[in-house]
Amino acid sequence: MAKIIGGITTSHIPAIGIAMDKGLEDTPYWKDFFAGYPPIREWLGEQKPDIAIVFYNDHGLEMFLDKKPTFALGCAPRYENADEGWGIATIPPVTGETELSWHIANELIEHDFDPTICQDIKVDHGLTVPLSLMYPGHKYQHLKVIPVCINCERYPMPKPSRCYALGQAIGRAVESFAGDQKVVVFGTGGLSHQLDGERAGFINADFDNECMDKLVSDPEALTRYSNDDLVEIAGAQGVELNMWLAMRGCMLRNVQEVHRNYVAPISNTGAGTQLLLNE
Amino acid sequence: MTEKDKEIWGTIKFDGAMATKGYALNKMCFSFNNAEARDEFKKDEAAYCDKFGLTPEQKEAVINRDILELERLGGSIYYLAKFAGLLGLNVQDVGGIQTGRTTEEFKAYLDSQGRGKNNG
Repeated sequence: MAKIIGGITTSHIPAIGIAMDKGLEDTPYWKDFFAGYPPIREWLGEQKPDIAIVFYNDHGLEMFLDKKPTFALGCAPRYENADEGWGIATIPPVTGETELSWHIANELIEHDFDPTICQDIKVDHGLTVPLSLMYPGHKYQHLKVIPVCINCERYPMPKPSRCYALGQAIGRAVESFAGDQKVVVFGTGGLSHQLDGERAGFINADFDNECMDKLVSDPEALTRYSNDDLVEIAGAQGVELNMWLAMRGCMLRNVQEVHRNYVAPISNTGAGTQLLLNE
Repeated sequence: MTEKDKEIWGTIKFDGAMATKGYALNKMCFSFNNAEARDEFKKDEAAYCDKFGLTPEQKEAVINRDILELERLGGSIYYLAKFAGLLGLNVQDVGGIQTGRTTEEFKAYLDSQGRGKNNG
């Protein structure tokens, strides 16, 4: 059976991609942030996962308000990135996967999740920035990516508990797949931030650190928040914690944290990263 | 809105009512993913707003770069970000505009909640 070997959480803000394009990793503003990634890259280099399931949200590249899925699952052999309108460089195509993807689609629907199944979608910075971070120089095309997109932009949004349960269902689907693939799961976005309104700029570093603790030891405590709670405690875009919860849900074994970094502010956000093993 | 919805100061909940109100505005901003559309907007902003059927209030707020007003008129920050990008504004500039701060003041506010917390 296929196996989820670990999970990675990371910010996906566009400013990171722009900083990498400009070679700013070692500047005073960025160095503490980028210092969080070499241990994760080393682990990926040693483990050589075959497949990455990436939980992200689409910020208006592919999924406009006209037809916006609550949950969407990619089942395509390849995914293109494209112009998002404000200056982040487009990255080379992402390699997809069609066997485990369809198995997950079948299993999810069998277990009462009904995602939109996508055979041709563009992926935005929510997915591409994490790949660029994990594999600098765009050296990610050996990795087969399964995108899972969660609506974090328009109410009604899926509840934190539902996102966690989605992850659990995906975790069980992977473990029931006949194959010996090594799978890593990415929870992207977050942590606290607010881009809109007079409250723009709100960050809650204490809550972010608590989230990172709980994500390891007691993720179900985080699932008891409503999205409105998260907006209040972690800012309007703090709901991106839902992608981290979906990632954590996939990890059905004993979870051990082996690495963590947190820097705030990075752009307008509290930027956290963690490497979790699913043992 | 139901009774259990929370009102959070300085935060406009982008729900069904707002998404209905702002649909044309957001659709226009979504078009800015395309470089040709950005150029067309820059050549004649008012005509481009009319093409998408914006209300007079939305059009005025676009011309005035009034991000907060655009949010009140149904704009989603994710689409307005593409409008801001077209104007050469980054998310700190947009944060400053919405909070009545200069970009530098807004950055200092961000910093005060994180790395700058212990710097007085």
